Amino acid sequence: MGADIWVYIEHAEAAPKKVSLELLSCARSLSTELGGNIVAFVPGSKIDQVIAAVGSRGADIIYAAEHPLLDTYTTDGYAAVLADAVRAESPAIVLVGSTAQGRDLAPRVAARLGAGIVTDCATLAWRDGKVLATRPMYTRKAIGTVRVTGGGPCIAVVLPAMYPLPDADSPRRPEVRRRPVHLDGKAIRTSVREVKSVHRETIPLIEANVIISGGRGMKGPENFAILDDLARALGAAVGSSRPPVDSGWVPHDYEIGQTGKTVSPQVYLACGISGAPQHLAGMSGSKYIVAINKDPNAPMFQVADLGVVGDLFEIIPKLAEAVRKAKSQH
Amino acid sequence: MNIIVCVKQVPDTEAPIRITPDGSGIDETGVTLVMNYYDEHATEAGLRLREQFGGTVTLVSVGPERAKEALRTGLAMGADDAVLVSDPALNGADHLGVARVLAAVIKTLPHDAVICGKLSTDDNATTVGAALAEYLGLPQATAVAHLEVDAAGTGAVVHREVEGGVEVLAVPFPALLTVERSLNEPRYPSLPGIMKAKRKEIKTLTLENLGLAAAEVGAAAARTALVRLSPPPARKAGRMVEGDTEQAVAAILAFLVDEAKVL
Ligand SMILES: Cc1cc2nc3c(=O)[nH]c(=O)nc-3n(C[C@H](O)[C@H](O)[C@H](O)COP(=O)(O)OP(=O)(O)OC[C@H]3O[C@@H](n4cnc5c(N)ncnc54)[C@H](O)[C@@H]3O)c2cc1C
Ligand SMILES: Cc1cc2nc3c(=O)[nH]c(=O)nc-3n(C[C@H](O)[C@H](O)[C@H](O)COP(=O)(O)OP(=O)(O)OC[C@H]3O[C@@H](n4cnc5c(N)ncnc54)[C@H](O)[C@@H]3O)c2cc1C
Repeated sequence: MGADIWVYIEHAEAAPKKVSLELLSCARSLSTELGGNIVAFVPGSKIDQVIAAVGSRGADIIYAAEHPLLDTYTTDGYAAVLADAVRAESPAIVLVGSTAQGRDLAPRVAARLGAGIVTDCATLAWRDGKVLATRPMYTRKAIGTVRVTGGGPCIAVVLPAMYPLPDADSPRRPEVRRRPVHLDGKAIRTSVREVKSVHRETIPLIEANVIISGGRGMKGPENFAILDDLARALGAAVGSSRPPVDSGWVPHDYEIGQTGKTVSPQVYLACGISGAPQHLAGMSGSKYIVAINKDPNAPMFQVADLGVVGDLFEIIPKLAEAVRKAKSQH
Repeated sequence: MNIIVCVKQVPDTEAPIRITPDGSGIDETGVTLVMNYYDEHATEAGLRLREQFGGTVTLVSVGPERAKEALRTGLAMGADDAVLVSDPALNGADHLGVARVLAAVIKTLPHDAVICGKLSTDDNATTVGAALAEYLGLPQATAVAHLEVDAAGTGAVVHREVEGGVEVLAVPFPALLTVERSLNEPRYPSLPGIMKAKRKEIKTLTLENLGLAAAEVGAAAARTALVRLSPPPARKAGRMVEGDTEQAVAAILAFLVDEAKVL
């Protein structure tokens, strides 16, 4: 087994996903203990722009696996390409972002290779020649420390926002190696008919540094507009607890919690959310929590760094105003 | 249509958990164990396919004897049969080991669709479904939020929730699907269903019955091991502000600028 650390670069619209770039930071911290090169693995077709964007972020080598059949993500196509490359090059670790694509791909490839797999990692370290990962378990009521044992590569699926975005001006100029890709169209059994983009007023949840989340206290779909407005002022994303999703006020992908997304932004602003354990399961790993609730006994206040007792309908619009004013003074 | 649903028994997420003093796991005394939340949706998906196409729904679980209770929940919802693989040699098996065992069982059963939950609420691994698809050599569609099987039952068009959108994917059967909660509303077990489920014999298999060796799927084959379980870093209540709107706005703004440094 080699000592190289691979980062699987997921991309869309000619740009790498934020979490993939964050993993280059994770790889850098692992490489101080492990040695070896940091390799960005970029599968796809027409990927020159992605390669250019990855190039300045600190990778030593970029493996480009280009093929027309990789134009859209399919499990069969991408699993074949990644598994073949890992088999040929034997990296120590392959880092994959915990996204819909990463969670679809990583276990399939791990099973094919007999590789150790750890998912939803919050931290990764290299200790005594082994990968050591921490990960939330039991709906975040516990943190598990997991060791990868045995020989051969390991695949780690890492949560977004756990590692910083590396600077875009690394002096390293990675060598770009083009890997030959052999793919047979018949081996790709599924076909993507289309990807319908769901219109969002604000940036996606997993890319956000600040998340503003609304709960049942929002009272109705139309009121999410005040959260959207504050989000635009802050450059934040908007999410929700489960009731607004169940009531059809917001799309399903807004939901944060046990049966929704796990997020860990720098700031989580909970508006009209009581703080049920199933909600905390998705957001209690946030760096800072701010809660606005009119009930001083709301459980959310137990975990909030700043708790504001008050009416969100009065506070939010004024806060958006104040944020814009503060920004214009910079 | 022959449908297989994989079911795991997990601690009820409503209740708190107690980590054992040595950190090796959770203390199960007094813990209510239930069918994994997503597996209720998987079972419901299987039952609806049976209603549409006829055939059978067979539940498969890997776990200790007590996991039969989770299987009975699925039988009470209306599944036809249930199989449990229970073997002390599975102590310390990892996700790939569990997936291999499930594959060995499913290979002995006719299957047009194999349905798993998106993840289980204890380990949270999101690993078994896709690994099982690989071992069975089936195409996969994970995190399915909408499912439409063609009239002949030869394949499906599914919606998968991906970041920022919905992927519409065509997948031929036999296939493995893992399901999201938005796919359906699981039915409650009916009273006659519960009575029937109580009497139903659940087939129990060992590794030997499946022709598997502990060295292939048990602790010796595991590529991951739990070192310890710890409580999450405690969060404590911070500052509270109970003033008028202006004070509230000023406090939040100051927090964003000075403490969180996001402005
Ligand atoms: C198996 C299972 C899985 C679940 N998964 C999830 C999940 O993933 N995510 C999730 O969120 N929930 C989940 N739940 C639901 C969860 O148990 C709670 O019911 C839910 O989180 C409550 O949402 P809420 O806080 O928005 O609503 P409520 O608990 O009704 O709270 C609304 C809050 O708004 C406050 N409020 C009202 N008006 C105002 C106002 N004008 N200004 C300020 N505050 C106001 C109220 O004081 C109250 O505290 C799950 C439940 C189960 C059983
Ligand atoms: C370090 C470690 C030690 C372990 N020790 C043991 C042990 O002593 N005994 C043991 O039995 N297992 C053991 N396991 C296996 C573990 O308990 C889980 O069964 C397995 O890891 C599946 O992970 P998950 O529940 O997160 O599955 P996920 O991949 O999150 O589950 C997705 C779906 O897969 C299906 N599924 C998952 N697990 C099962 C199952 N067991 N039966 C049927 N369907 C299933 C369900 O449909 C579920 O919704 C261990 C795992 C690890 C990592």
